Amino acid sequence: MPKTLVVYLMSEPETPALAEIAVAAGADVVELGFPFSDPLADGPVIRRAAERALAKGMRTQACLECLARVRERVGDTPLVPMTYASLLEAYGWARFATDARERGATSLIIADLPVDEHPELRRVQLVAPTSTDERVALAARETDGWLYLVTVAGTTGARDTLSDALPVLAQRARRLAPGVPLYAGFGISTPEQARAAADLTDGVVVGSRALLAAEEGPEALRGLVASLRAALDA
Amino acid sequence: MTATFGPYGGRFVPETLVPALDELTAAWETARVDASFWAELDELGRTYAGRPTPLTPAPRFAPAKRLYLKREDLLHTGAHKLNNALGQAVLARRLGKGRVVAETGAGQHGVAAATVCARFGLECVVYMGAEDMRRQRPNVERMVLLGAEVRPVEFGTRTLKEATSEAIRDWIGSVETTHYLIGSCVGPAPYPELVRELQAVIGREAREQVLEVEGRLPDAVVACVGGGSNAIGMFAAFLADEDVALVGVEAAGAASLGSGRIAVLHGARSSVLADEDGQVADAHSISAGLDYPGVGPEHAWLRDSGRARYLSATDEDALAAFRRLASTEGLIPALEPAHALAVVDGLAAELVLVCLSGRGDKDLAEALRALGATTA
Repeated sequence: MPKTLVVYLMSEPETPALAEIAVAAGADVVELGFPFSDPLADGPVIRRAAERALAKGMRTQACLECLARVRERVGDTPLVPMTYASLLEAYGWARFATDARERGATSLIIADLPVDEHPELRRVQLVAPTSTDERVALAARETDGWLYLVTVAGTTGARDTLSDALPVLAQRARRLAPGVPLYAGFGISTPEQARAAADLTDGVVVGSRALLAAEEGPEALRGLVASLRAALDA
Repeated sequence: MTATFGPYGGRFVPETLVPALDELTAAWETARVDASFWAELDELGRTYAGRPTPLTPAPRFAPAKRLYLKREDLLHTGAHKLNNALGQAVLARRLGKGRVVAETGAGQHGVAAATVCARFGLECVVYMGAEDMRRQRPNVERMVLLGAEVRPVEFGTRTLKEATSEAIRDWIGSVETTHYLIGSCVGPAPYPELVRELQAVIGREAREQVLEVEGRLPDAVVACVGGGSNAIGMFAAFLADEDVALVGVEAAGAASLGSGRIAVLHGARSSVLADEDGQVADAHSISAGLDYPGVGPEHAWLRDSGRARYLSATDEDALAAFRRLASTEGLIPALEPAHALAVVDGLAAELVLVCLSGRGDKDLAEALRALGATTA
């Protein structure tokens, strides 16, 4: 089975063009950040990107428009907005889900919404090394398409080495979530880390490192995604 | 599952923290019905913290009323924050956690956290906005002397909001060894309820004391509200006394209840200074302890239900009350409870109980500078 590569980009005016480049270079899924002022799950790279995007006026409506523009450029590539509960609280939970789907979203990720809150909202569930077996099983039942394995107890952002908690978490998730694709994220930035994580799972999510490359420009993003793709296909 | 206050509260946190919140909830449910837990806190209160704190009449401040001040400013470390810090330190020990993280605004909670960590031999890291470190220098020095590490937060508003986010981020990365000692009745369940119960000693004592001297309950109970922990501790004892008006006082530039809307901040759904997209706005107050765009979910619920009402006081109102209490009663209040004192004259109530939640030493430089500016 080929491994899935999920690339995270922040909603900004130039994002549709960057998303097209990422997909052309080998991204299978694009996770699209809708910025929040107080992103508890995020480390400095994504937090700063969110601050910048908000300063450029990337509020919910503008992010939904960005999503629609991305959809026009990436064919039927899955697109998953990733955001925080406060945006949905303000916009309306059901309305947010409906409007996001209308503009091309295939699912949602809400970083501060554990599986027990708003169970009616279909979304990709996250599990962490600290999650009990019971919670992993519940998240696996409720999740929308795949399960997001948070590789570390920590916030998003590059780490020097792949988390040593991932093997145990991946093994538990395999046992408790039979048949559910498992993608690992948080702290995966290099092709070597992506390869090692993919050996244990079905795919990887690259966030902070992708944002840094996107800030450098389209060529840097193309290079990063291609190198991750090559590592996953090796 | 998660404790809520009407539509407010809940647990809006990354999954990584949920098991720790479950574990804390279980420890708290055991402790709250465990006589030995409360006996230990009573003992610490009497022998270490200085409980019970007195009730002081303030006739020269409010000659037209019968005003009493509940003197949490006399508690060890100079503010009510120690009640909560002691209780959570005992819980942290029960949980086997050797490290504590905390956030602080005015520095009062940071000092309380550093104090209990010194007393219990726990490692302590306090996150504090760089702007607040400037405004509250003496408290930074106290925390360091007590053995805590104070980590400046250099981004965003550089105040309590960002310090709280950073403390939570630290906790996400250290949750297996660390207890998050939150300083107010905010945050994900079970914190709002836990902090209320640990602060409820203020109201219990005050209710008994006012009955003893006046032979009746007060017409109004008044407390300042940032996150709202001294207010909720005070109100808790009077919730069932329907004739007692409960009045919370916010800073006019940080009136989460007066001009907020529903949003999610720091793990709970509450009334928050936020825009129509749910993005959290900046608060402003001369008082670092009230300079917070959120508020405890139970206060939002008490507001909606009508059981409590919430007023606001401007920086100028608070400074005037600060000076007036000093010159009429010989008491220098912290700028936070000066907001509560500022509304006393305007209340349609004769017998009034105000929580003097902290003392003003920490605010002297800032207050004198501002008073100089307003009288110049």
